[in-house]
Amino acid sequence: MNWELLLHQVLAGLATGGIYACIALAIVMIYQAIDHLNFAQGEMAMFSTFIAWQLMNWGCPYWVAFVLTIAISFVGGIAIERIVFKPIHDAPVLSHIVVFIALFSIINSSAGWIWDYTIKDFPTPFGTSSLLGNGLISAHDGGMIGVTLFLLALLYLFFRHTRIGLAMRAAAANPESARLAGIRVGWMVALGWGMAAAIGAVAGMLIAPVVFLEPNMMLGILLYGFAAAVVGGLTSPGGAVIGGFAVGVIENIAGTFIPYFGRELKLTIALVLIVAVLLVKPSGLFGRRVVSRV
Amino acid sequence: MHFYRYGLMATVALGVAALAGTAVAQKKYDTGATDTEIKIGNTNPYSGPASAYGTIGKTIAAYFKMLNEQGGINGRKINFISYDDGYSPPKTVEQARKLVESDEVLFLFQTLGTPPNTAIQKYMNAKKVPQLFVATGATKWGDPQHFPWTMGWQPTYQAEGHIYAKYLLEHHPHGKIGILYQNDDYGKDYVKGLKDGLAGKMPIVAELPYETTDPTVDSQIVSLQASGADVFFNVTTPKFAAQAIKKAGEIGWKPIHLLNNVSQSVGAVLKPAGLDYSKGILSTYYLKDPTDPQWKNDPDYKAWLAFMEKYYPEGDRNSTFPVTGYAVTQTLVQVLKQCGDDLTRANVMKQAANLKNLEVGMLLPGIKINTSPTDWYPIKQMQMQQFDGQRWVPIGPILSGELSGS
Amino acid sequence: MEAPAAIEATAAATPGVVRLPPAQAVIAGLTLARWRQLVIGVGIIVALALPFGVKNFLVFQLTLAVVYALAILGLNLLTGFNGQFSLGHSAFYAIGAYTAAIMMDHWDIAYYWTVPTAGVICLVSGFLFGLPALRLEGIYLALATFALAVATPQILKFSPLENWTGGVQGIVVIKPDAPFGLPLNSDQWVYFFTLAVTAVLYLCAVSLVNSRTGRAMKAIRDNPIAAGAMGVNVSLYKSLTFGVSALYTGIAGALGAVVAGFVAPDSFTFTLSIQLFVGLVVGGVGSIPGTLFGGLFALFAPNVAESVSKGLAGAVYGVILILVIYVMPSGAAGLVRLIVSKLARSER
Repeated sequence: MNWELLLHQVLAGLATGGIYACIALAIVMIYQAIDHLNFAQGEMAMFSTFIAWQLMNWGCPYWVAFVLTIAISFVGGIAIERIVFKPIHDAPVLSHIVVFIALFSIINSSAGWIWDYTIKDFPTPFGTSSLLGNGLISAHDGGMIGVTLFLLALLYLFFRHTRIGLAMRAAAANPESARLAGIRVGWMVALGWGMAAAIGAVAGMLIAPVVFLEPNMMLGILLYGFAAAVVGGLTSPGGAVIGGFAVGVIENIAGTFIPYFGRELKLTIALVLIVAVLLVKPSGLFGRRVVSRV
Repeated sequence: MHFYRYGLMATVALGVAALAGTAVAQKKYDTGATDTEIKIGNTNPYSGPASAYGTIGKTIAAYFKMLNEQGGINGRKINFISYDDGYSPPKTVEQARKLVESDEVLFLFQTLGTPPNTAIQKYMNAKKVPQLFVATGATKWGDPQHFPWTMGWQPTYQAEGHIYAKYLLEHHPHGKIGILYQNDDYGKDYVKGLKDGLAGKMPIVAELPYETTDPTVDSQIVSLQASGADVFFNVTTPKFAAQAIKKAGEIGWKPIHLLNNVSQSVGAVLKPAGLDYSKGILSTYYLKDPTDPQWKNDPDYKAWLAFMEKYYPEGDRNSTFPVTGYAVTQTLVQVLKQCGDDLTRANVMKQAANLKNLEVGMLLPGIKINTSPTDWYPIKQMQMQQFDGQRWVPIGPILSGELSGS
Repeated sequence: MEAPAAIEATAAATPGVVRLPPAQAVIAGLTLARWRQLVIGVGIIVALALPFGVKNFLVFQLTLAVVYALAILGLNLLTGFNGQFSLGHSAFYAIGAYTAAIMMDHWDIAYYWTVPTAGVICLVSGFLFGLPALRLEGIYLALATFALAVATPQILKFSPLENWTGGVQGIVVIKPDAPFGLPLNSDQWVYFFTLAVTAVLYLCAVSLVNSRTGRAMKAIRDNPIAAGAMGVNVSLYKSLTFGVSALYTGIAGALGAVVAGFVAPDSFTFTLSIQLFVGLVVGGVGSIPGTLFGGLFALFAPNVAESVSKGLAGAVYGVILILVIYVMPSGAAGLVRLIVSKLARSER
């Protein structure tokens, strides 16, 4: 057993896992707000990153573009909710999902049309020097993990210790009762969208320096992000982050050390493990079991 | 023949027939060609994960637009119809059938991708419609015995693998090879080429695949370094090539780096990856890189640039994809010119198999296109090159990748 | 296609699905039952006559649309009638397609045997997948099925299986010609064959849905706890439905392989699952005739989008989808039911 290789793969897995954790956080955010998975989350993050790139191309310094993009994404998220989803509030759940898919298609296609498909370099504010001396985790990877944990802390405080956070959770859990309690459910949902879009923008801007910016960059990542969010438990932002790191590490180890299958079936093995976790803990590792009254 | 009473009549009849024959043989058309127009069909991935290649289709369309403004070919305008197949073989089948049966094109040109082209190969050959200059380097396209209507254009991936193998055996015969390859037909074809060329004379200590849905290839690079490989055969498409180069640089792994020519574009791959990390990388090429300053005053390059500026301004001038589109279209133009007024599908294939020492725009100097009825690989030559941190520097002579079985 | 009103009334109403008025209701002088027969009759005549009036290429496309409709019907049985959300049906479609391709290419078995074989293999694999899936609900089931869809191309490319699956190069399948020297070309024959198989399976689906088993399935969808309390073996029915659903989609895959003439791992990515899902919703969840519309939409909508704008085809497709959902939130079937309800009411 090559212990050095194992360590290296774990570290590399943590670095990639940081990416998954970031996007998983955005996914959980939207799930908390609307009780659905938003397929278009990745594309929105990608589009936001392109906006940041464009701003920088026009001369904005990095942090100005960073903040502006978050603001634009926040407003954009709210706008999408109010314009696209409000009219179909009463439509069945599955129809909502089709609209998510439609959004995915529109955003992906528009990005490709506006900025074309060649990869673009995206700067990192953390520099490229190595954190551990061997280049496995760069300063950027460390910065990404740090920002993700910071966002996680912010979200935790928001949901547990602010009135709006509580109102949002109530609106998602039981819209009827929430309305009766005076909560403006529609705007809570819109706020949720805005926050998810903003988090997604941060995720995109952190991910792009590693994977390079192009319209299809979030495709694979969203997949892993879903898996991470679900295995962590969709009601738990902390679970999503842990899920992200877990997925990153498991995938690397599976790919490197499982004989015969590991090399070519890396993704399959990771997914099988995730499904196995779900079978044992059907609401994810840290999710709350929903008990329905009969 | 008898020369009795009807001898004279027969001679006259023959003479009239001969005259009529030549008059009729002057203009022969199959569906899709007329006095004023030639209809050409194409499928490209304009959507989906392979959409980066869609720029080739757009370059071709732009080139035909330019041609039409200049009067067309032999007085005929080109009607170029290109459909999106999203790199999905069932969609390619549908679009190809649409082009052949509904749009009634004369032939298909530069259809992109190995699985898409495999999906339609039997159909095209059954229908006897040319599947000309397909945009893939798979070796199986040069098989006139079994598929007389299908022909490739670019140097095959296996040929390129042979060239790298030759280079390694000559310069680094004691190396240990690690391979990163895309887990599809394109990746596996390259690997086969290298292995065939090495014939077992050098060990391959790691052979790691990746999928296009993988977010990064970082894990594979880490494993490759750990395997002790000191030669790296990098068979990746642009995005992953950039990631691989960057990661290898970051972890301080400096092998002899052989990069497949699909990803050798300075602007689209090496620059984002980091010019410093890219120093020393070896590759091959057969076209001029538009970001190479040595071509700045080259009239050939200037003509391409002018074409891009006027007809395809939104195209990426740092990428080699539009260069490929430009060169292959010029090759087609030569084929059509050679057809003259005989625009039957059979003649199109005949002329495509009849290109002698053809030089088209943006081909590296010394590389020529040659085909014959038994040689259906238009471009077989490549130039090895090494990146010096700024540009690709040619090393060695122009090589020919000897062909493995068709 | 709809159980008699009396029985429907006792089941809990599924939100978003409009109930049809009873069969005796009258529009324009004819009862609904008569209208139904009329529509079906016309449909059959059109379907049979079509290949002779249109170009081969359109016949080919329509055959594909029918194949998709059948695949969507499979998905519908699971999601629409049993309430289990699946994003993994591209996997069953792939299993069916590869079964057909391997049988025809490796063993020279005739195409019509591939249909029942694919069906059986998918029935078993669907059931086996359904068993562990029993523990998963909603989103979590969606992820598990999604995982299946994503893993399938990778498994198909797995090197040790290459001798069977053809690996990344795929398998080319030869389209059959009409038997007994019938005056039909290959496209037309395949169309009729596909149509015949699909018609038989549709009839089976209708009778399944209206039977006791069907009512048990629907009961599980509407209120699993109540269904269990009423003595329905929820686990058994859920797994069986998974199996049957996979059977339908698998047979569609086998037919699809024959129509397209080629199978390769990248033909069966999760994009296909999403296309089937979209077709399901657009046609109408829980409606069997709706799946025909869904199949046509799945095939033709991307083409329409592309003809509007090549560069922004995806965006146009998305806009079309959103408009369709706005206009018919419960799918085409929902819209038809709405119109019929309105018309029928005005006659009384």
